[in-house]
Formats: sequence, C-alpha cells, structure tokens
Amino acid sequence: MKAAAMQENSARSSFIAWLQAGPLALVFLAFFVLPLLFVVIVSFWDYNDYQMLPMLSGRGYTDSFEGCLAELPGLCTIAKTYLQTLKFCAIVWAATLVIGFTVAYFLAFEVKSKEWQIILSLICTIPFWTSNVIRMIAWIPLLGRNGLVNSFLQAIGAINEPLDWLLYSQFSVILALIHLFTFFMVVPIFNSMIRIDRSLIEAAYDAGASGWQTLWNVIVPLCKPGIVIGSIFVITIVMGDFVTVGVMGGQQIASAGKIIQTRLDALQFPAAAANAVILLGVTFLIIAALTKLVDIRKEL
Amino acid sequence: MPNPAALELVALSKRYGATTAVDTINLRIAAGTYCCLLGPSGCGKSSTLRMIAGHEAASDGDIILGNQNVTDLPPARRGTAMMFQSYALFPHLTALDNVAFALKMRGVDKITRRGKAGELLELVAMTPYAGRLPTQLSGGQQQRVALARALITEPQILLLDEPLSALDPFLRIKMRAELKRLQRELGITFIHVTHGQEEAMALADLVVLMNGGRIEQMGSPREVFNRPRTAFVARFIGGHNVIEAGSGAIAVRADKLALCPGQTEPGIAGTVTDVEYQGTFVQVVLKTEAGEELIAHLGEAAFDAAPVTVGDSVIATWDDTQAHVLE
Repeated sequence: MKAAAMQENSARSSFIAWLQAGPLALVFLAFFVLPLLFVVIVSFWDYNDYQMLPMLSGRGYTDSFEGCLAELPGLCTIAKTYLQTLKFCAIVWAATLVIGFTVAYFLAFEVKSKEWQIILSLICTIPFWTSNVIRMIAWIPLLGRNGLVNSFLQAIGAINEPLDWLLYSQFSVILALIHLFTFFMVVPIFNSMIRIDRSLIEAAYDAGASGWQTLWNVIVPLCKPGIVIGSIFVITIVMGDFVTVGVMGGQQIASAGKIIQTRLDALQFPAAAANAVILLGVTFLIIAALTKLVDIRKEL
Repeated sequence: MPNPAALELVALSKRYGATTAVDTINLRIAAGTYCCLLGPSGCGKSSTLRMIAGHEAASDGDIILGNQNVTDLPPARRGTAMMFQSYALFPHLTALDNVAFALKMRGVDKITRRGKAGELLELVAMTPYAGRLPTQLSGGQQQRVALARALITEPQILLLDEPLSALDPFLRIKMRAELKRLQRELGITFIHVTHGQEEAMALADLVVLMNGGRIEQMGSPREVFNRPRTAFVARFIGGHNVIEAGSGAIAVRADKLALCPGQTEPGIAGTVTDVEYQGTFVQVVLKTEAGEELIAHLGEAAFDAAPVTVGDSVIATWDDTQAHVLE
C-alpha cells in the first residue's frame, strides 16, 4: 500500500519534471533540431543554377572540395579558407582567453566589495548596448587612413606615411573579433572564480605557494569549466562569423562563414547546406577536443 | 621532526580600524604543549591564531618561535602549519596530491613527494583513500587528510581552527581523542581554537580563556575549573554557580551544593523550578528570592535520600572551603 503510494508519488514528480523541461525541449526541437535536420537533408540534394532538385546527390560536397585532390600538395580554395578561419579562431581564442582570464581575475579577486563587482561587471556590458555592426563601424574613424591612430602617429613623427594595415586587414578583423567576444570569456570564467573558496587560496599560501604557483596549481584548474564554456562560445562564434570578417576585412578576406553566405546569395542552397555541415563538423571536432580536457558535465 | 620550539607572544595586538580584536596579549607556550584558545565568538581567539599562522598581520607586538622573531615572515617560513575550519582541501586533487601539495610547491619530485604523502596518510589511517577526491570523502576522512596535509611540512606548531566544529557529536569525540594521540606521538605543539569548554578541558595541557580581546585566565584545565579567576570564567567554563555574597561574588561548583528542606540552615533559600535526571547525577534548578538561578548537581543516592520536586522550598548550602572568591 505504502510502496504503491510512493511509486505513484515518484511517477507524479517525474511527470512534473518532464512538464518543467518540456517547453524548452519543444522550442529546441522545433527551432534547432528540425532545421538542422533539414540542413543535413538538403545538403545531399542536387541543384542547378536557379533551383534545388530534391534527389540524392553528393554534388554540394564535391563542388565544395573541387580541385582539392588535383591541386595537391598545394591547397585548394576551401582548405585555404578553413586554414584562414582556423588561424583567426586560434589567435582570437588565445587573446580572449588571456584578456578574459585577467579581467575575470581582477573582478573576482582584486575587487573586494560586492557592489563594485556588480558595477564593474555592468561596465563590461556597455559595448553590448549597441549592435555588432555599429561597434564594428566605430573602428573606421579610429583605424582608417586618416583615422585617429594614423593622424596621431604622424603628428608625433613616428611614421611618415599612414599605416594601411590598420583597417581592412587581418589585423583589423582580429582586433574587432577580440573586442566583440572577450566578454563571452569573462563571464563564465568569473563565474567559476567567485565559486572558489577563499580558504583554498589561504591554504595554498600556508603550504608555501607563491602567487604564480597558486594561480597555476589552484585557480586555473578550478576555473577549467569556465574556461571551456567561454572557449566554446568564442570558438563557435568566430568559426561561423562572416559579418565581422566581411566588414573589417573590407570584403577581401575569405572565411568559412563567408563561403556559406556566397552560396546562399547564388541560391545554391544544397551547396550552402553542405558547407554548413562541414563547418558544423569542424567546430564540433574542436569542441569535442576541448571537452576531452575537462568533463563539463562533471564540473557543473 | 625538527626540535619542537616554544612560542611566545609579546604584547600582541590586532586592530581592525577602530575595533580592537586582540588587545596586547602576552602568552608563552612551552614546546610540545596542547594549548586550547577558548572563548565565545568574537573574543579574539581566531585572530590570535591567524596572526600566529601568518595569515593576519599583527598590528603591534611580536611573535617569537624558538629563538626567531617570526612576526613578519610568511606562513611557510615560520615553522607553523594551519588546519582550516572547513579543511580547505583542494577539490581538484586526490587525497594523496592534497597532502603532497606543499612539497610540490617546494619543487620536490613526484616520486619523493608522493612517497612522503603516503607515509602521512598512513599516520592518519587514510591509506585506502589516497586516490579519492575530497568530495568522495566523509567529513571525518576529509579532516584526516587536512591533518596529514598540514603535517607534511614537519611544522613545529600545528594550528587548528575549530577543527571539530563541522563534525557530528559522535565523530567529534572520536576525532578529539585522535588529535590528542597524534599530538602526544609527534611531540609538537598544537594550538587549537574552540568555543567548546568541554573540548578544551578534554584536550588541553594549557587552556587560554579569552574574552574581549584579552586573556581572561590561563592554566591547566583543573586550575581553570577549580579556581576561576572571574565571574566570566566561572560562567563560561560551566558547572559553577556565581553567587553574590556580602563581600563580593563567589563561585561554587554545582556538584558541591547541597539542598536542605526547610528554612533553618544558613544558606540561600530558593524554590525548585526544574529537576532533570542526568544518569550519573540529578540536576536541580532553583530560583532564589533575589531572582538568581542556582544549579545543583546531586548524586543519585544523595537525591534519593531527600528527593525534591518542582515547587519545593529548599535551602542551598555549601562548605565554606568550596566557595571561591572571584575578582
């Protein structure tokens, strides 16, 4: 009798749990899983110059890798593009990690009062009060040929000719990406850091650890979940970005996202879908490698 | 183990802004002593411990360990080690690596430091759990690991900040005995902060009772219990009645009070408000005419010879030799 009541009770509570998780699960299913499924299906369709043909074909993929074997040992277009994107990704990841970790460390350990932590965190969000595009355009008067930086450097006599690698270059793309995405690294790392028991740092000090030793042996390992989550944010965004690369690169720099956009503009949906699947695969591999380092499910 | 050294605090003070947490205390603890810093919360005992450990800078005064003034040295160079209240084990390291941490910081190679850590885990009977993470250990096991971790640097003084407060009562008594055994075996000084007088009496060679940033009284548990210097000590150490006599306050141990029925004897008259059977004794609570509360602990046989019940009027008497004049 009692056992039956308990079973009924646990059945009821698991029903409620499903009910609570249900709405978000449905949204994910309808707006994330299904479209993704369609993308995968469409990537195997055929197409001609103006329409897609719903029949099984690998043309989306073969067109993307066209000439790759023939050009060996040289690199074909898609390989060069991905290499370029991976390079951006690696540089931006490393820079946002170092800057983000430092900012998070300052907020979590150097700022003692809760009020100031909140105020300074809010200040970090100020760039997000405007749109991505406006934030990017704002670089132009700063970095342009006659921008503030060039004028200043010429005024103090450091250079004679304006530097033209400041804008519409790999430099400006990387600068803009770092500026846009550092905050995505700060938040999860900060979140990990404030959960570190302060007595652990005291215990490390008691055991004779120097400041750097405490950082490497205590703080960094305990921030791993935050570092991985921040890295996933930054890597997925940078891998798929085409707007920043387009605007800041003066539409002259190729990126993995740009390939998809070009195919879409040409109404070659199966080819665009195929590239989306390739990009997804590459990004997924990077993240799988990252999560190998840390079991996030365990750490959360 | 290195030669254990004596610790001396000279006019040591700690001020936080306008408030004084520790007020010019002087204390000498001989080598190999189990010392308990006892007192209510906010009495300055933890600040004192943290200053000895080097986790809090002294505002004034000196800390002398052996023949070295360690007041301005970092914790690891003092010859002290601290065991933290919540143990502060590193959650990402196994029990073995937690214990080996201090040696890793000194650059000792992996095999040597793990070997040494293994020995210490054996000392606290934790060898089977060497590979576990702190979250996979019970409170008592975590404490043993924390103890081993503190001992790996071979400190002359081990500092323990309320080490037993996170344990349940049963485990607390068990760990208490173990701390005492360990201290005896190692022969080093333990300084143990607690707010439990029972814990201090059970463990300490030297009880230092603090109040308001000052040392109220220090001595062996017996000295403090049998000759409380002030009313505060008598009340805090427990088991005493503080009675206002004509010339000043006196303290009489609860188990030295006797109760006589009727109103003829010289003593203090009162009404019984509570009778509790405690096994080895019976606790009788009286309310005097002045409104004070008196507690008498009567042996079971003595109580049975002249039982009282709530509402009875009785006289509490004591032998004059048991009355102890307070400052």
